[in-house]
Amino acid sequence: MNGADMDGTGVNVTGVNVTAADVSDVERARGKPSVAPGVRLGRVSFVWRPWLAGVTLLLAAAAFLAFCLSIGVGDFPIALPQVISTILGRGEQVDEFVIMDLRMPRALAGCVVGVALGVSGAITQSIARNPLASPDILGITWGAGAVAVFLVTVSGGTATAVVNSVGLSGAALAGGLGTGLLVYVLAWRRGIDGFRLILIGLCVSAVMEAVTTWLLVTADIRDVARAQAWLIGSLDNRSWDDVRVALWCTLALTVVVAAVAFQFKPLHLGDDVAAGLGVRHTVVRAVLLLCAVLLAGVAVSAAGPVSFVALVAPQVAMRLTRCPTPPLAASGLTGALLLVGADLVARTALPITLPVGVVTAAIGGPFLVYLLVRANLR
Amino acid sequence: MEHLTGSAAGGGDTARLAARGITVGYGGRIVIDGLDVSVPPRVITTIIGANGCGKSTLLRTLSRLLKPVRGSVVLDGDDIARLRTRDVAKKLGLLPQAPVAPEGLTVADLVARGRHPHQSWLRQWSSDDAAVVERALAMTGVSDLADRPVDALSGGQRQRVWISMTLAQGTDLLLLDEPTTYLDLAHAIDVLDLVDDLHESGCTVVLVLHDLNLATRYSDNLIVMKAGAILAQGHPRDVITADLLREAFGLRAEVIDDPVGDRPLIVPIGRAHVRPDRMDKDTVQVRLG
Repeated sequence: MNGADMDGTGVNVTGVNVTAADVSDVERARGKPSVAPGVRLGRVSFVWRPWLAGVTLLLAAAAFLAFCLSIGVGDFPIALPQVISTILGRGEQVDEFVIMDLRMPRALAGCVVGVALGVSGAITQSIARNPLASPDILGITWGAGAVAVFLVTVSGGTATAVVNSVGLSGAALAGGLGTGLLVYVLAWRRGIDGFRLILIGLCVSAVMEAVTTWLLVTADIRDVARAQAWLIGSLDNRSWDDVRVALWCTLALTVVVAAVAFQFKPLHLGDDVAAGLGVRHTVVRAVLLLCAVLLAGVAVSAAGPVSFVALVAPQVAMRLTRCPTPPLAASGLTGALLLVGADLVARTALPITLPVGVVTAAIGGPFLVYLLVRANLR
Repeated sequence: MEHLTGSAAGGGDTARLAARGITVGYGGRIVIDGLDVSVPPRVITTIIGANGCGKSTLLRTLSRLLKPVRGSVVLDGDDIARLRTRDVAKKLGLLPQAPVAPEGLTVADLVARGRHPHQSWLRQWSSDDAAVVERALAMTGVSDLADRPVDALSGGQRQRVWISMTLAQGTDLLLLDEPTTYLDLAHAIDVLDLVDDLHESGCTVVLVLHDLNLATRYSDNLIVMKAGAILAQGHPRDVITADLLREAFGLRAEVIDDPVGDRPLIVPIGRAHVRPDRMDKDTVQVRLG
């Protein structure tokens, strides 16, 4: 009883019978088709969205430019063409040392952390179907912060041993992931409901924040200064060792996200519709949410809790690309641009050097408000 | 039963979709217990019943959204739980209750998502897909709205668009859960006329509907449920009687000939504004003091 043996008068391309007369009538009545055209390259085919592709490319170019500018700026300024030729491996020896050994780690850390936060934010906002959802709210940031502050302020045998063996960043990463998973488990009730996820994330974050504050109030004043420095995200004093781990983790995770992204698209329409379209939504969502938590954890361990990027980058990317849902690639690139740009501003335009976490909020917030207001005025 | 094809009542091998002894519940609470039903091919089957009788649960189980605790759902001879959900999606289209599209998503893009089961990571869009989507838009009469955001449409248009997405899936078996909810009568009729067009073009359709007269008018096969079990099944002319309505819904009603259709028409009797000679004895006594 499949489409094949149905009456022969109809055109049967897909199983639904449409009589030839119907189609030609309607097609005559209509003008140009408004369904997005497809592009085919060998076995690969995709929807041709020139605006999305163009904006994404522009964002990539802008992020690369900011990356190069960030490398060029410093006590020993290097012009942009020299920076680019050195990165491409055709520079002079002196430049190469300054660029590759001294400045590259900081700029690269900015890019990696920005991409990780942008993608992480895009995933959480899509899964929760709520623009407020971000790794900050899911407890990852404050979980990492609480662990870091605990290790800094409580100087005891165990704490010192932990810091010596895995490093402060590693321990913070574990704290962030643990908190993220705790939130996920607590929010689980025959599947994940976005609203419940946000509420539980908020509660767990508040507890972690309270623990952090309590530790800071009772701690020795010198430890507090160190802890505070960690709590405001910063890209200062990054070494290749710090960056390498974050870089590879982020690359691996973005590959996983890209592989699952295709199955992710129908989830924007809700669980039931996605299931009807043949998506194993619980598996897809669990994998992606785990990736989001890991990406946010990597970002926190590399730069500390840089606020606002994960919240703002997907929203900015959505409005720039005119997509109804956060675009993954563009969100990552926006995150990188925002973070590297903020770091650049923090080091050059301001009379005092501020940690990057302060500047991301100061730039990202107003820009998002501007985009929202512009949308209202239309 | 002469209106039905042989398989309709019995649930033989010709049924596209059938439930065999399914028990379904939500976290320990059993809603349906040991139910058998089969969906006859190429007709419109509508599940009706009082609120909470398990009709949506049955539809969700038939569409593999809910996994039965016991028993199985059989699609074209295969246990639906053993099929890849993607392969099921190529045979069975589903429109859940009151779906919500992301703000700003255009009609064409939403309908295009219906092609998902036929796509893969590498093959995300082909000229076939575009042709099928255009046809789905045309069949549901929403081609002119293709560039509009879904959230800017009226309820009736929006429902047409969602049905269009289900059509783009390219299945000839469609399960629609309350497609007329929140629609005024004119738009409800409009949507059901569309469903009948699909049926005429060879689709097998299963609906859940609240409005009994619409269900009677548009279905060839009614499944009447009460407390998780099937009370009656068959053509509306055979099934819909005053006694059945009293038993299934606790509704007192008269069943008359539909002046414009060839089906019965249900005229509910409440307590207010009913002519005294048609009132229930108890009600008459109360009213007359």
